[in-house]
Amino acid sequence: MEFDLALQTAANAGILTCIYALIAVGLAIMFGVMKMANMAHGEFYMVGAYCVYLLYAVAGWPFPAAVIGGIAIVAGLGLVVERAIFRPLRGQVVVGYIATAGLMFMLQVGMGQIFGVGRPEIVPTYLTGSVGFLGTIVGSQRLLVVPAAVAALLLLWFFLHRMKAGRALRAVAQDPEAAALQGISIDRMSALAIGIGSAFAGLAGGLMAPVYPVTPYMGHAVILIAFIIVIVGGLGSIMGAVIASVIFGFIYTFVTTIADGVLASIIGVIVMLVVLAIKPTGLLGRVKA
Amino acid sequence: MSKHNPRQIVLVAVFALLAVMPLWLRAYHTEVLIILFINIILAVSFYIIAQTGEWSLAHVVMMGVGAYSSALFTSRLGIPVFASIPIAALVAAGIGRLINYPLVRMTGFGFFIGSFAAGEAIRLTWVRMRYPFGGVRGLINIPTPGTISVAGFAVNFSHAIPYYLMTLGVMAVSLFFMYRIDKSRLGDTFRAIHSDPDLAGSAGINITSYRNQAFMIGSLFAGLAGALLVHRMGSVDPHGFSITTMVYLLVWVVVGGTGSFISPIIGVSVMTAIFEGARGLAQWRPFLFGAILILMLIFVPGGLGSLIPKVQERYKKLRSG
Repeated sequence: MEFDLALQTAANAGILTCIYALIAVGLAIMFGVMKMANMAHGEFYMVGAYCVYLLYAVAGWPFPAAVIGGIAIVAGLGLVVERAIFRPLRGQVVVGYIATAGLMFMLQVGMGQIFGVGRPEIVPTYLTGSVGFLGTIVGSQRLLVVPAAVAALLLLWFFLHRMKAGRALRAVAQDPEAAALQGISIDRMSALAIGIGSAFAGLAGGLMAPVYPVTPYMGHAVILIAFIIVIVGGLGSIMGAVIASVIFGFIYTFVTTIADGVLASIIGVIVMLVVLAIKPTGLLGRVKA
Repeated sequence: MSKHNPRQIVLVAVFALLAVMPLWLRAYHTEVLIILFINIILAVSFYIIAQTGEWSLAHVVMMGVGAYSSALFTSRLGIPVFASIPIAALVAAGIGRLINYPLVRMTGFGFFIGSFAAGEAIRLTWVRMRYPFGGVRGLINIPTPGTISVAGFAVNFSHAIPYYLMTLGVMAVSLFFMYRIDKSRLGDTFRAIHSDPDLAGSAGINITSYRNQAFMIGSLFAGLAGALLVHRMGSVDPHGFSITTMVYLLVWVVVGGTGSFISPIIGVSVMTAIFEGARGLAQWRPFLFGAILILMLIFVPGGLGSLIPKVQERYKKLRSG
């Protein structure tokens, strides 16, 4: 691999890392607080992309407002799912996971029937042009995901470590019973966790809408890698999810550039299998998968 | 001849009825029933593994291993279909044994998602390797069984009705074996591992070994189902064994339940009837299945099979006054 290509691939990997981090951190915070895994998380990302399509490309809202609108809608969707599916099934992680597989079907088919399958929706780019650095060129729209992801993660860190509700959330993640004894409502914290997690998925989908083809099945492409990242990083660990996002962002981009995407996926699932077999807590997790 | 209980008489009557049904069924419905029989083998083989408490997301891929194996044995090596189907089932059992090396270390959610990773690794290998698996488009022109002399008659098993009868027979034999396993000490041991692994371990049960056995038996019959499928379809591709198909299997098993041997059979049959009955809904059918899956998990967590004892009890109460 030539140096120029390697540099360009590294830039692409950095952008992919940010998308992965947004999606995987959402899953991690939900698992950490609720001990529940959402198989429809990729579809939440898809719904976020469709929201931006509707609000920005169709209704003509400014792009940032459309993204914020998408975040709010997907977070609302998360709250409904928490109340309807996760709360009645609390404590049964496999059962909850299977139920969200049903939700995955419903969202894919529902969106497919409303917007049509086969032809992706076209979302015009918000930031045209590109940025060059050391001979690498990245489209401005794609680059936008980097500051957005960093800002979202810093905001999350501030919330979790400096604000009362965030501390309560971490308390529930560490020990739900002790947290409940302190008067923290598990129901409200679960709703908060899925709200934040879904908002992150909505943000990722909204930012990617002008870059990736918006189709009802776009969630498929990210959900597998998101689970690989969360398992390798350690279930419920936000820091672990970020670190694993960097690792897999680079592995996927470089393997895809040198060989092909299928090989990258094969490497991903095998790494996940090995981690589950040898170190089921992942890199930084406290919870055993 | 010994006295038979009413259950056995009903069972014989059901199979006798199924055997003569193609005489008045339309061709399309014969095909639907062939697929139903294959899916019953698949769902019950899933049930066998589920007795140890683990739900395998690799199960549809193990069916695919049977399908790909038999497709390659017949088209590349020229092995006759009837010999290739049982060999393919054994290959699936062997592959099942291999992927269970890492999987047996996992339980619960870890096993669930780990089995998905293992299955996906196999499935993506089919996607990536043009030779011999045909890559993303899969394999076509897979041989059908052809004409074979049965009791002096030349029967062409490539036709629907002979293939239907063959599948019915294979299903009957498979269900017989799996039923005997389920009711044997082996089945009880699987359930002991599920209900209390620590107790089972301290009672001297080798949990790893029994979980391996359950996974191999399940994979064997899943592979058999896949081989039966591929020689009827004539083609096979990796997408057919993706997570989407796996979710359909989960819907059958959740709707029927895993509490008794009959439960998964009820699940597949009911959902096949609903699927065929909802033809008018066309593309909305996965939506319906997703909704049914969620509602069943929340409101009838044991599946339809768990309602049978309750119905029987109520019926007895009514009769006794």
